[in-house]
Amino acid sequence: MIDLTVRIGSLILENPVMPGSGTFAEGMERVIDVDRLGAIVAKTITPDIRHGNPQPRLTEVVGGMLSSIGIPSKGPDYFCAETVPFYARFKPPLIASISASSVEAFGKLAARLNTPGIAAIEVNLSCPNLEVNGRAFAMFPEATRDAIRHIKESTDRPVWAKLTPNVGDITEIAVAAHEGGADALVVANALLGMAIDVTTFRPKLGNVMGGVTGAAMKPVILRMVYQCAQAVPLPIIGCGGISSINDAVEYMLAGATAVQVGTANFIHPTTMIDIIDALPEFLRRHGLTRVTDLIGTMRANEAADPSWAAVG
Amino acid sequence: MSTLSPIQPRPIRAEVCRVVFNTPLHGPYRHLAVTASATALAAMPGQFFQLLCPGQGQDRHTLRRPMSVYRVDHARGQLEFLFKIVGAGTRGLSGLAAGDELDIFGPLGQGFRLNMQWRHIVLLGRGAGMATLAPLAETAIARGMKVTAILSAARPELAVAADHLRAAGAEVRIVNDADGSAAPEWLEPVLRQIVTEQGVNFIATCGSGRLLRLVRRLHQEFGIDGQVALEQPMACGIGSCFCCVRPFVVDGQTIFKRVCQEGPVFAIQEAA
Repeated sequence: MIDLTVRIGSLILENPVMPGSGTFAEGMERVIDVDRLGAIVAKTITPDIRHGNPQPRLTEVVGGMLSSIGIPSKGPDYFCAETVPFYARFKPPLIASISASSVEAFGKLAARLNTPGIAAIEVNLSCPNLEVNGRAFAMFPEATRDAIRHIKESTDRPVWAKLTPNVGDITEIAVAAHEGGADALVVANALLGMAIDVTTFRPKLGNVMGGVTGAAMKPVILRMVYQCAQAVPLPIIGCGGISSINDAVEYMLAGATAVQVGTANFIHPTTMIDIIDALPEFLRRHGLTRVTDLIGTMRANEAADPSWAAVG
Repeated sequence: MSTLSPIQPRPIRAEVCRVVFNTPLHGPYRHLAVTASATALAAMPGQFFQLLCPGQGQDRHTLRRPMSVYRVDHARGQLEFLFKIVGAGTRGLSGLAAGDELDIFGPLGQGFRLNMQWRHIVLLGRGAGMATLAPLAETAIARGMKVTAILSAARPELAVAADHLRAAGAEVRIVNDADGSAAPEWLEPVLRQIVTEQGVNFIATCGSGRLLRLVRRLHQEFGIDGQVALEQPMACGIGSCFCCVRPFVVDGQTIFKRVCQEGPVFAIQEAA
């Protein structure tokens, strides 16, 4: 019997596969069996109602996409009245994703979500912090620690800190989130990028800069998951360019306890189910019985090519 | 249970289809048919599919491409698309041959809403936009409505779907840029004449901002129902990513709607 369950702090998931925030919405139940997911992660909401960024919001890059959506949000009242009841019919736990522009506003929003039907809160720390010159919380250890600590004081739900890859040393931020009391890390959000149309000399995105997501991101985020796993004793949810069973396994070998599938949902809508279907066979083939047997088991010191032994 | 958006409960799926034919038409147009499941064949006029277009040469696109349904051939179990080669996705599609595979995801979005009381509808399509309106002609004619299709093109020989629409029983008129007949100043009196002489209950349009505004003027003046099928670059096609939003005016307020989910067909009075 193969055991796919994983534990993210106090929350036990049937399997380690869930959507990345903003890549899954009401309507996907017409495409896949939502009950099979490890968790459901909702699109980020903010305290206020936001329309999002100007068009164009999307362009393609080699191996991925570049987008700048700007967190359109209908606010917490709509979320609690419509989104939470909608997902209540499904078995997987619902993870709310929140963002705000101040520590205070983060706390208030988290408190507002102390409602049945929400199993955990993922904190999108990539939102501009108006108290730190509009730069993302997760670019600064202190801002990350303060925001997570205040959210933890405002809710009794598990709190997942979703980090940004737009930093020099992500382990500093991981440590700060841990100190703030995070129950898990989500590594990571999109990498800032841009693209220019050489026929018109115009930026390809209305917001000029946007986030690179998709397969192209996998080596970068995989490295960050590995570094964070060395730095903090928290469960890590890997999120970056996962589109197959092998990608998911790679993340778990690097130290992730669970994975989020994002851009791949847009290309192959059954990606998450395909990964869940393939996990037992993968484990069996490797003589493993629990998916947790994969976590952090990369043979880090065996990368050298054995043919070099003779040279030595 | 509260309703979030006009979601139809019918299933949507990604499936690998077999290409039956991919015929070059006049100019840059292609007519593609694939075998498809009952889920796909349930597509309604105005709905679309997200096609996983093969890459060709330097084209290394990642995302699917939205493509509206041109025709559902229930007898043969085939889904048909009529497209213009414009970019990486459609270039890839143009290289498909009979027997090749094509991964399609759908049917997606909200199609045209037909009122069974209508007697006469007008389809006003620019270029490949006519391919989006064509299935509406078949559906309306099957319900006993009269259909006038006005095909707008750069040159008369580039008009799309003319033979298909005639065979379906529509009255076809072709207007073009070459002789100026496609210009709104010429087209508007023609439409007004059709409205006043024949009576028109509904106008559907696709493919041109100028035609959209023309239909809106006729809606405002005569109270004729109008709907427009819109396009916008998309990633997911199913309402998750919010890449394809456009501004709409509802009750005097500008709001943003997803073309893939609330559309691609919208009431003419809302479309900006």
